[in-house]
Amino acid sequence: MSNTEDKKLLEIKDLKVSFFTPAGEVKAVGGISYDLGYGEVMGIVGESGSGKSVEAYSIMGLLQSPGKVIGGSISFEGEDVLSYDKNQMIDFRGNKVAMIFQNPMTCLNPVYTIGNQLIEALRAHNKEISAHDASKRAMEMLELVGINNLEKRMKQYPHEFSGGMRQRVMIAMGLICSPKLLIADEPTTALDVTIQAQILEIMKDIQKKTGMGIIFITHNFGVVAEICDKVSVMYAGRIVEQGKVDDIYYKPAHPYTIGLLRSMPRVDAEEYERLIPIDGTPVDMCCPPEGCLFAPRCEKCMQICFKKVPPYAELGDGHRSACWLRVQEQMSGKEEQDNG
Amino acid sequence: MDDKVLLQVTNLQKYFPVKGVKGPGVQAVEGVSLEIKKGETLGLVGESGCGKTTLGRTILRLHEPTCGRIVYDGNTIYDSGGFDIPLKDKDGKQVLDKNGKPLTTKSKKTSQDMLPFRRKMQIIFQDPLASLDPRMTVGEIIGEAIDIHKLASSKEERSEMIKSFLSDVGLNTEHANRFPHEFSGGQQQRVGIARALAVKPEFIVCDEPISALDVSIQSQIVNMLEDMQNELGLTYLFIAHDLSVVRHISNRIGVMYLGSLIELGESYELYKHPLHPYTKTLLSAIPVPDPEKSRARKRIVLEGDISSPMNPPKGCRFHTRCPYATQKCKEEIPQFKEYGKDHWAACHLLG
Ligand SMILES: Nc1ncnc2c1ncn2[C@@H]1O[C@H](COP(=O)(O)OP(=O)(O)OP(=O)(O)O)[C@@H](O)[C@H]1O
Ligand SMILES: Nc1ncnc2c1ncn2[C@@H]1O[C@H](COP(=O)(O)OP(=O)(O)O)[C@@H](O)[C@H]1O
Ligand code: SF4
Ligand code: SF4
Ligand SMILES: [Mg+2]
Ligand SMILES: [Mg+2]
Repeated sequence: MSNTEDKKLLEIKDLKVSFFTPAGEVKAVGGISYDLGYGEVMGIVGESGSGKSVEAYSIMGLLQSPGKVIGGSISFEGEDVLSYDKNQMIDFRGNKVAMIFQNPMTCLNPVYTIGNQLIEALRAHNKEISAHDASKRAMEMLELVGINNLEKRMKQYPHEFSGGMRQRVMIAMGLICSPKLLIADEPTTALDVTIQAQILEIMKDIQKKTGMGIIFITHNFGVVAEICDKVSVMYAGRIVEQGKVDDIYYKPAHPYTIGLLRSMPRVDAEEYERLIPIDGTPVDMCCPPEGCLFAPRCEKCMQICFKKVPPYAELGDGHRSACWLRVQEQMSGKEEQDNG
Repeated sequence: MDDKVLLQVTNLQKYFPVKGVKGPGVQAVEGVSLEIKKGETLGLVGESGCGKTTLGRTILRLHEPTCGRIVYDGNTIYDSGGFDIPLKDKDGKQVLDKNGKPLTTKSKKTSQDMLPFRRKMQIIFQDPLASLDPRMTVGEIIGEAIDIHKLASSKEERSEMIKSFLSDVGLNTEHANRFPHEFSGGQQQRVGIARALAVKPEFIVCDEPISALDVSIQSQIVNMLEDMQNELGLTYLFIAHDLSVVRHISNRIGVMYLGSLIELGESYELYKHPLHPYTKTLLSAIPVPDPEKSRARKRIVLEGDISSPMNPPKGCRFHTRCPYATQKCKEEIPQFKEYGKDHWAACHLLG
């Protein structure tokens, strides 16, 4: 990790993605920016429909019509990913970045053995590798994700694996070409907490060993606290708050983040306390309001919030919040006092 | 909460036969005994496939029990026979022997007609949309529940009732004319709850009522369920994936593993002082939304996956994954015993 300082692994600037549906344009991602260093883990949290998956698909070049990147840039190790041609994209997807999806069953082919699929994934990007070496590498990967009985497991079909094991196979498949960046889209959401714990331990372990960067998409704040260095909180296609994981949990600076952290019951609570929900419902992305998209649900909202999109207030150390409150506080030099 | 027991389940068993396979088939629920008090919330947790939904549905007799005994509000709604029950005279008084000790008798095989109980015992499903008929408006869905149980005496009363149930669950009265797919997930779940409440139930099985909802909506529904309980004196069996939510809403919690209840206790006590090795593992697996605590914490990671309920391990069903398993665990089923006040568990380690 010698070039951590100057060269970023991934830099996203003002990325905009829309779906052009018969009912009109859906601005699924409305201008987001972040960067990820080598060996860093970035959590992306937000409720369903907030644009987390669309953002990930855009990086992978897997966006399907009627979806289209309509603005901004994605740069990977200084290269412009959006200008890649088909072959460059295939190389990028196979050798530099891998993705793990929410539902492993849709990504594994039911008629091929697990071993076969792992070997295929490897050979698609490394044509020279011998059958023997490929098979050896496949078994190493399965071992890495905690699967025993390798000889037998290689010959089995996906339906002979439990949900948790299939998800581990997906991770093995993602990592088999040693990517520098792993995008995990809700990899544990469909799993039991016990299996989730296994997967998180495995991912932390592999991350330490390989030093790859990870984008970890989830809506679970517990999981983020456990595995991420940085966090981006998304709401209706925008990043409303971003920062180091400790800043987000101990000094949340956007009413949405504060509301989310406050609304969920915590396993570390000492006694019963009534929950404080965020009122209202998520934005209908077909007809979003003007100004701050969170305004209709925000208890702190002001006149200006309904008119103009809030810019980021920079709070130091990469911590930023897109909220007029913070902007005004900074302008008047006032200490922030209303967290939580 | 009352001290009166509303629901008593004894040794309940539910097997699903499997075509073309000899033997008992899927042993989804195995010998579960529990009581729920009136006005109480009993939470149920455990890994996917451990039998939570099956237990809930078997109690409502949406699945026919394989054997066991279910007593609801003093009525035996199901009994496969042969259980020790108090011997009562024809006035319903306990019969005593010469020394003043209560006598018991063996229960008779019973299978009550469920229709009178269907109204009192309701269920709310995990997938709100799939549980609502897409061709009916929300008003018709709630109206149908009212009609089945003949709860309205006139058309006006019926329509008033529909409106009031909608507003009880935080929906607008004009929502009555819309179809389920026109609502968000949270709103659909509100409709599902309104439908359950429309028949004035006493007992509701809530099967993962918030799992399909957004984080910011989950707490709205949890609060609503709490309010309804306080206003109407409802009793809940609350099943959920999210162990933090279950503890929040439940008075007591039962932990299931592979069809059996392995621990039962008061919620905060159970989370603070879990007795059973499986409960300890389960609790240590919950991610804590606090980076410092999360870094400081050690967790017990379980090897392997839950065994198949078609072919459960002998002895303690958890022995294939338990770090403390001994020879005895492989041979003998541990008894479900009370170790602290209202704190039950089944493990040989506990003596
Ligand atoms: N109708 C059925 N026929 C056969 N087997 C069934 C049936 N319903 C459930 N099972 C089996 O019974 C076991 C218990 O299932 P159940 O749905 O009760 O689990 P659960 O604890 O609710 O799981 P989840 O958390 O995934 O909802 C599983 O092995 C399941 O496959
Ligand atoms: N194929 C599609 N056609 C139209 N709109 C889409 C499509 N896929 C996603 N969207 C819209 O894009 C937005 C973001 O979706 P997504 O990234 O999947 O959310 P998340 O992953 O955060 O749950 C949503 O409003 C969604 O409805
Ligand atoms: S900009 Fe206004 S409406 Fe938006 S989060 Fe801040 S205070 Fe609330
Ligand atoms: S009975 Fe034995 S195997 Fe079962 S939980 Fe206790 S120690 Fe573990
Ligand atoms: Mg998604
Ligand atoms: Mg279930």
